[in-house]
Amino acid sequence: MRMSRIVRTAADILYPAILIFGLYIVAHGHLTPGGGFQGGAVIATGGALVIVAYNYKEVTGWLKKNVLTGQEVTGLVGFIGVGLLALAFGQGFFFNYLVGSGSIFGIPVPYGINAGELNTAGTVPLMNFAVGIEVWGGLTVVILYMLSGLEKEGC
Amino acid sequence: MTFSDFIITNAPVLLVAIPLLAAFLCPVMGKISSMVRNFWVMGMMLVTAAVAFILAYRVFVTGPVIYVFGAAAANLAIPLDSGGIPIRIIFTVDAMSAFMDIICAIVGVSVLLYSLSAESRNSSLEGYYTLFFLMIVGVFGMVSTGDIFNFFVFLEILSLASAGLIAYRIDGGLAVEAALKYFILSTLGAIFVLFAIGIFYGQYNALNIAMIAERMQFSMLDKIALVLLVAALAMKCGAVPLHFWTPDAYSMAPSSVTAFLVVASQASLYGLFRVVFTMYNITMNCVTVGWIIIIFGVLSMVVGVTMAIPQKDIKRLMAYHAVSQTGYMLLGVGVGLAVLGNAGLTSAFGFMAMEGGIFHIFNHAMYKGLLFLTAGAIIYRIGTRDLNKMGGLGHTMKYTMIFFMIGALAIAGIPPFNGFASKLMIYESVYLFNPLLAIIAMVVSILTLASFVKVFHSVFMGPKLPEYADVKEAPLPMLIGMGILAAIVILFGLFPQPVVEILVAPAAHALADQGGYIASVLGGA
Repeated sequence: MRMSRIVRTAADILYPAILIFGLYIVAHGHLTPGGGFQGGAVIATGGALVIVAYNYKEVTGWLKKNVLTGQEVTGLVGFIGVGLLALAFGQGFFFNYLVGSGSIFGIPVPYGINAGELNTAGTVPLMNFAVGIEVWGGLTVVILYMLSGLEKEGC
Repeated sequence: MTFSDFIITNAPVLLVAIPLLAAFLCPVMGKISSMVRNFWVMGMMLVTAAVAFILAYRVFVTGPVIYVFGAAAANLAIPLDSGGIPIRIIFTVDAMSAFMDIICAIVGVSVLLYSLSAESRNSSLEGYYTLFFLMIVGVFGMVSTGDIFNFFVFLEILSLASAGLIAYRIDGGLAVEAALKYFILSTLGAIFVLFAIGIFYGQYNALNIAMIAERMQFSMLDKIALVLLVAALAMKCGAVPLHFWTPDAYSMAPSSVTAFLVVASQASLYGLFRVVFTMYNITMNCVTVGWIIIIFGVLSMVVGVTMAIPQKDIKRLMAYHAVSQTGYMLLGVGVGLAVLGNAGLTSAFGFMAMEGGIFHIFNHAMYKGLLFLTAGAIIYRIGTRDLNKMGGLGHTMKYTMIFFMIGALAIAGIPPFNGFASKLMIYESVYLFNPLLAIIAMVVSILTLASFVKVFHSVFMGPKLPEYADVKEAPLPMLIGMGILAAIVILFGLFPQPVVEILVAPAAHALADQGGYIASVLGGA
């Protein structure tokens, strides 16, 4: 059962906004409160919103469980891969080999009051991205399974 | 740096990183084919076990090994600019940790081999193996970590993965109920642990076990933390009066998982010992705490075995025996703790009691794992777990019967099996401490034997039953899995002396030696 046109239109408009806000929290994990898990959870609430506004069958056509499980695997392997890469460089597990290196996320943190430099913190943002992708997939799958019973109530 | 140097240096972290990678890539391998997935999980398990043995060898030969996460060098425990505080997550592997690593590696390999055919008829095996590897990560992490908050994290990983696997066969909701019970109790226990960690952190500004141990004042708050930790970890290892989750969880989980749940419980037991010996040691009143652990142990032994006798479900019966055997370990190590402050008594029988208790951890993991695997093989072939409906299986399942006999005689403490070796050490040393306790322990052993004679008779003896006429022997991978454990049960029973000298005695001394543990992390304190 779909909800009224007003709810569906509002969900359509809100979904990209939620997605972008979630991604913003993931990307700024090393600067502001939040991080991979929180951002991923925000994105997953967008999934919950469209399931409520449309119906389960329609939504499973857009949010495919295969893709979401794939996201989970990608995120987890990415996270552990970032840690293992440090071993390949001959340093300790989870050693932050990017910080201060001058390459991606590698510039030194500016001193004093500033707007927050995104391009810092080394491997921390990479791990936030990995966790964000993982939680996005994992929590959305959880929500899909939990709301899969909505149809059977006959409401 | 050569490859072998690389493995040796990074062994503590590879112990956790390899199973994690195996777990995360398992769904991908499952997408290719089930054959590829089986090779992947078995290969990764063998690699993990090899790393565990390399690490254990290094620890037993050269002493404790530390590994610092995220540091430029693995042994840089205290960063130069941290003011002498070890701020990073650290793995501290001493002889006791290495001892537990060996147990986990052996049981992990045999259980995984067994699962390959025991679980092959079920769906969504990717999830099964993923959770199984997460359990392995949890156990390796708990026994290796040198950071109390990290211990909590691995405890949670282990609890969540275990709860998922207990519910794996939904079984009309019964397995889900058992898993929910386990999950709620584990979470409650984990909150206790977290609260205690908060108390330590508030008082000592440190999460590193060695640092807390060095600064331990045994204030009122530390007493509260001790109570919380002992209660939570005793519950997690299934000691009476907090044992009520074990029969449900052990009997409803798939048998291969149950065999590994035994190891998971023992990781909590390790945590309990680590807390009382390494963090508190003689700053607390060892006699009182020792006696509390002894009473837990005696209660577990007696209640466990008396509850086991009337059971009709083969796995539930074995689960109660697991509770009873945990009592022996608590008794042995508890006696060691009670006399810890007294050097004369410690050298007279305290160390021997601890060695007996610690040796029993190893032996229990082997024979109890073996017994659960044989129960699983029987259930796999005949489809019921009710002892009253079994009978005459000795005609067709010969090897399973032999493995069951080995396990049953070992758990009852009959020579020449390994249970006898560790129980004898416990009897002898506990008798010097308090003769009554030793007598209770022996009576419990006799009751255990009686109970297993009953099981053996009702499962394997008697004429061939018509409904089981076409029952076959368990498949080969299951037999190999059981065979590995059975071989170790016999080997360690025949030659206990070298095992005690090489593995058990260093583990017991490492546990009692608080100063050595602190020095291995903080430097020559």
